Formats: sequence, structure tokens, C-alpha cells
Amino acid sequence: MSGLVTNGSVLLTRFVSRFNGCTKRLSSHFTYFPDNGKPVEGETTKMNMMQAINNALDITLKTDDSAVLFGEDVAFGGVFRCALGLQDKYGKERVFNTPLCEQGIAGFGIGLATAGATAIAEIQFADYIFPAFDQLVNEAAKARYRSASQFECGALTVRAPCGAVGHGGLYHSQSPEAFFSHAPGLKVVVPRGPISAKGLLLSCIRERDPCVFLEPKILYRSATEEVPDVDYTIPLGKAQVLREGDAATLVGWGTQVHVLLEVAEMAGTNLGLACDVIDLQSILPWDEETVCNSVKKTGRALIAHEAPLTSGFGAELAATIQEECFLHLEAPVARVAGWDTPFPHVFEPFYLPDKWRCYQALVDLVRY
Amino acid sequence: MALRNGVSFLRLLTLRQSARLLTTHTRPELQNGGKLAEFPGAKAPYVTEMRFLDETSYDPIPIYRVLDNSGEVIDRNEEPNIDNDSLVNIYKTMAQLSQMDKILYESQRQGRISFYMTNYGEEGVQVGSAAALQPQDLVFAQYREVGVILYRGMTVTELVNQCYGNHEDPGKGRAMPVHYGSKQHNIVSISSPLATQMPQAVGAAYAFKRQANNDRIVICYFGEGAASEGDAFAALNFAATLDAPVVFLCRNNGYAISTPSSEQYRGDGIAARGPALGITTLRVDGTDTLAVYNAVKKARAFALENNKPVLVEAMNYRVGHHSTSDDSTAYRSVEEIEKWTKDESPIQKLKLYLERKGLWSDEEDKAWLKESRDNVVKTMQDAEKKQKPHWKEMLEEVYHDMPPRLQKQMQQMEQHLKKYKEHYPLNQYQSD
Repeated sequence: MSGLVTNGSVLLTRFVSRFNGCTKRLSSHFTYFPDNGKPVEGETTKMNMMQAINNALDITLKTDDSAVLFGEDVAFGGVFRCALGLQDKYGKERVFNTPLCEQGIAGFGIGLATAGATAIAEIQFADYIFPAFDQLVNEAAKARYRSASQFECGALTVRAPCGAVGHGGLYHSQSPEAFFSHAPGLKVVVPRGPISAKGLLLSCIRERDPCVFLEPKILYRSATEEVPDVDYTIPLGKAQVLREGDAATLVGWGTQVHVLLEVAEMAGTNLGLACDVIDLQSILPWDEETVCNSVKKTGRALIAHEAPLTSGFGAELAATIQEECFLHLEAPVARVAGWDTPFPHVFEPFYLPDKWRCYQALVDLVRY
Repeated sequence: MALRNGVSFLRLLTLRQSARLLTTHTRPELQNGGKLAEFPGAKAPYVTEMRFLDETSYDPIPIYRVLDNSGEVIDRNEEPNIDNDSLVNIYKTMAQLSQMDKILYESQRQGRISFYMTNYGEEGVQVGSAAALQPQDLVFAQYREVGVILYRGMTVTELVNQCYGNHEDPGKGRAMPVHYGSKQHNIVSISSPLATQMPQAVGAAYAFKRQANNDRIVICYFGEGAASEGDAFAALNFAATLDAPVVFLCRNNGYAISTPSSEQYRGDGIAARGPALGITTLRVDGTDTLAVYNAVKKARAFALENNKPVLVEAMNYRVGHHSTSDDSTAYRSVEEIEKWTKDESPIQKLKLYLERKGLWSDEEDKAWLKESRDNVVKTMQDAEKKQKPHWKEMLEEVYHDMPPRLQKQMQQMEQHLKKYKEHYPLNQYQSD
């Protein structure tokens, strides 16, 4: 009997460990690299990315009386809890639920901003932003241009959780940044962790142009850093060089930055190579200067993103790099991306541009 | 039993044609002692009789009017208290609009401007509603509301400059003709996509509501075709749930380009959607300028006082073609158009009303029409001579600050134009 129990326990333990291993592999295809540097001096608090975003929203609501925060299920804090406690603090008129309608949320936000309010709209998942595409691309992006600056909606920021999460499947995993990168007038931003999320979100909110702020949802809880308590911003349109080297330039944004940081470590350990790792941060407009200066130095470029390869934002980077750095290039620009399929559920480990695919691409790049 | 009840009810529906109030036509026996059910989604009585509802279960929403076709006030109590100068101004704006339409429509036909849309038949709903608003109210228009724009004080010169896209166009020639906008006159610049302005209007109204001592509402114009867009439903539902002081004014003119309203929706028009969404609603005769004035004045006051939306459906007929790209005789008869031009012209009705009051005469009318025409013609001649904006304006104002890549593209174009200038119409544009 006891033997059976023991055997059962062993079996259960094995099963759980296998299941956990499986879950771990599925839900975390990367190792998080916390930021070492601080954008500003002063006191810090340990926060995950959800808390850092909450903190940025709190600062905004506190300092800007015109600011309102709204979207589906935002009143109780939002499904990812980024607005947690803010309705209690600032009232139902400033932090509220909207009906379940993304085009309405975007249009409503444009109207708020047009009338002088600071509008922070939450789209529950970036996968559901497409009903709002018309409002964002045809209206928000063109408001200033078509009226010759008589009207604009720069005080609009649309936040949306994006990217792979281990179990999101087709409709809770997408990274739609490239769609919006084709809409002059919009700014598109993706943070890589708590410190960058707070600074970039505050920049987006205060920016004079409408912003789409895509938050890699897997980082909400898995990414923790010492985040400065003070109000600070990180400039839009600027990339950050996180590691320096001469062997190759690795470019990514969001979660993928951490994959590339690990790949850079692997290249150091296995190949004795040092790479530049660049977090693009701003997709539109993007920092051509930082990327091209790096590639001119290294002669090799690898771009990685979760979104499908074809017409992914990597295509724009690759085209610009070959145009600007042609005589410096030692190898064709490499792109590692999601395959040209919808985002698959159980196949996520094979779909993602994980460290092994990126590492092999880097090996091929340096041996070209 | 239940099925039979349902079937007999449906049969009954087809038989009943008499006018009814806006309620289901029989009162079912209430169950549960008349106590309402407490579902989160509905507080309603229980019944045991299964009855499906359709559009014939409700009376058609009546159409409010003040004037008859001869310009006589039907019920003296409903005659609005508008001072004589304003009454004449309303009429003059409507007549002026009609003259401007005529000339600009022809100018497109002659190839002088690229596109135009007339407002024929809808002058009353436009100017009547504009007169009932306050200048500080913000207008989100569709594209057939020039009467509103004129009444608010944008000049014919500004409008014609927009149509020509010359350097005096407040929009710098970037948008097609008739896409007007004026910060000074609180008219948000018009975009072509339909109904996109509607949820925006709700957002703006919400922002106004939050301002201390708010004295502004938002008015949002749209057509019955646009009301089929998802944005229209979104806007009505957001306005209702978020308590926004916005007046939705639907110009139901019977056609969306060629599609008649009978193929655009079933049910009792756009107004029927108001009560369904919890919005205070009125249907009005859009050819009756005074009725529109009364409706919008009351709607404005209600919206401002209660911080709630109002839906006004103005029944109308689009007498003109959809645009210069359209010939409406391909899908409707000339007789139909004539009927609405002759008997139901809002301009004619208001003119008769003014004449009855001794405020207007045929001589004054002739003189004003001529003055209006001459003004438009002269303005056009001036507008044609003006250069288009500098080509660099093409790349400006995409962002608040021009990003480096756009700066680079401007340099590229500059270099290109230096080399290939003879291949571009630079002489029509302002230069450095």
C-alpha cells in the first residue's frame, strides 16, 4: 500500500515536474535581463511592468486634471490590472469602463483629445485593435495634417497588451506594430521592461502626437526592476544600445530584446564574440541613426521580432540598413521572425524567434 | 400552446395597421404579481404569452413640424421666438448656399475644381440646426453641412479657397474639396470615412462635461447611410452609457449615393434606434427649418442640462446628386426628384413664411440671389488666381515635430526638383 502511494507520489511528482517543465518552456521562452542603468537619479521601488505602468498612469492622473483612463474592464483595474486602484483614487468620471467596442474606444479617445483632454485608452488585447484600425489610421494619424494644425489629437495614447505569452494562441499573442508603422502621423512604441515602460508611457501620454503603446503582456509580471519613483520620461524615436561589441548588431524590441541579450551572451561564451544589442523602443518613427551607426561598425545585422516575417517591421530595417550601410556589410542582413502563419497555440515554441533560432542565425551571419 | 400563441401573435401583427403609441400594442398579463425580474441585463416583467416583436409592433415615430407647405405655422404655440434679423439671416444663408452649390457644381463640370457635393434639399436642416446652437458648441460634420459652416461665419471665400486648395485654404490644399474645417468657428475638419466623427463627437462631449461651468455641447451630423457603420452604433451606445452632452443629428435624405433607405435599413428609420439604446429621441421634418430649429434648441438645452445625448432624425430628401461623380437619374426618377423640389423645398417654405410675416419680398430675394451668385463667381475668379501652397507643405504637420526620416525625404525631393523642375507644375505653387 505504502509502496503504491510512494509510487503514486513519484509518478505524480514526475508528472508535475514534466508539466511544470512544459509550462515553463511554453510560458517563458526567454530569460529576463533587468536594466542595469537608471534613467534618473533618486529613490527607486521594486516593481514589475504592470506596477510601473500603473505608476505612470497614477502620475498622469495626479498631475493632469484633464486626463482620463478608459477601456473595457478598466474600472476594476483592467484584465491585466494596470489600472488597479486608480478608479478608487481618481473617481468614476476619470477612470471608467466603456462598452465593449474597440472602434468606439479609439474614436472616443480621439474626440477627448480633440477637445483638449488627455486620453489614455486601453484596448484589452492588441489582437482586438483591428476594429479601431480605421479610427487610428484614418482619423488619429491624419487629424493634424488634414486640418493644417487647426485640430489634432496628440493627447491620445492607446495602450494594448501584445506579444507571445505561452498560451495565447491566435488571438491573444499578436504583435501588430508593423501595421501601425505604415500610418504616418502615429507614433508606435514598445517597452522592454518596467523602467522603460514607465518612462516611455509618460512620454507617449505627453507627446504632441497620437501614440500606440504596445505592452508585451508576458512582461507585466515576469519583469521586475528597481524603478525610479520620480516622474521621468524616455525620449521617443530613440533606440537604446544595451550591449556593445563589434561582431554583429542585434536589433529587437519588447520581449525579443531579452532573447537577443541572451543570444549575445551565448555568442560571448560559445564563440568569444561581442555584439551590439539595440532596443529599438520606437517603431515609428524609428532611430535610423543609432541602428545604422552600429551596423557600420559591426558590418553585420540581425533583426528579430515575434510578428510574421513578411512585411514585419524587420523588412523596413533591413531595407534601410542595406541602403545606408551597403559598403560596410560583411553579410546579408538576417531576419529571424515568427513564421508567416497566424500565431499558433500549441506550436508556440516552434513559432517564436527563440534564442536557438536567433543564435543559429547569428552563427550563420558571422561565418558568412 | 406557447407556439400557437406565438403564431397567432405574428398573424395578428400582419393584420394590425392602426396607429399606435410607442409601445407594444397589447398589454400582456403580468406574472409574478407584476414584480420585475432582476436580471443584471433587464428589469422587466415576466409573462407566459410568447410574443415576438417586430417593427410593426410599434407605432412609427411621428414627424414633428411647425410649418405646412405653404409656409404657414400650423400651431401658433410652436412658432419659435426668433428675432426678425436672425430669421432673415437664416433664410439668406440657405439661399446663398443654394447659389454657391449651383456655381461650384458647374465649376467642377468645367474642370475648374476636382470635386463637389451639393446640399440641395437639405438647406433647412443645416441652417435651422446651426441657428439653434451656440457659437461655442463644437461641430462634428459629415460632408453635407455647408449651411452650418456658412451660418457659423466661415466666408464663401474661405470655402472656395478650400475647394481650390490654394495657399489660402485653411487646410493647405491637403484634402479634397468640401472637406472644410475651422478652429475659429468650432468646426472640426471633415474627413471622408463615414461615421468616424460620431464616437469622436462623444469623446469631445465627455471632455466638455468634465470642464467647470461647462456651457458647450457637441453636435454630430451624419446621414442615414453612415448610420449603418459600426462607428454609428458605437457612438450612440457610448454616448448613452457615458452620459455625454451630444446632439446626434441624422440627416435622413433617403439615399446613400444610389442606395435608397429601403435598402439601408429595416425598422423605423434611425430614430427608432434612440429609445432602444436609452437615448432621448425626436423625429423632425427636415424640410421645415423652424421645426429643426425648435428641435435642436430643445435638444441642446436637454443635453447641456442633463449631460445626456439626444438623437434627432431629420427627414429629408437629397434633391441633388450624391456628388459630382454621380448621376442620380440612373437610380431614381425625375418625377420623384421634382416632387421634392417643388412641394417640399425648405427654402421655398421658409421664404413663404417670411413673406407672410412681411420680412421678405420677391425683389429682395432677386437682389440677394444675384448678390450671392456674383460673390461666389468673383471669389472663384480670385481663388483661381491664387497659387497652391509650397510643395514642402506636403511634408509638414504630419507630426508636431518633423522626424529625421521625413526631413531626409524633404531633402531628397528638393534635390530631385532641382534637377527635374521642368517636369513638375512648380509655377502653380508658392516658392521660397
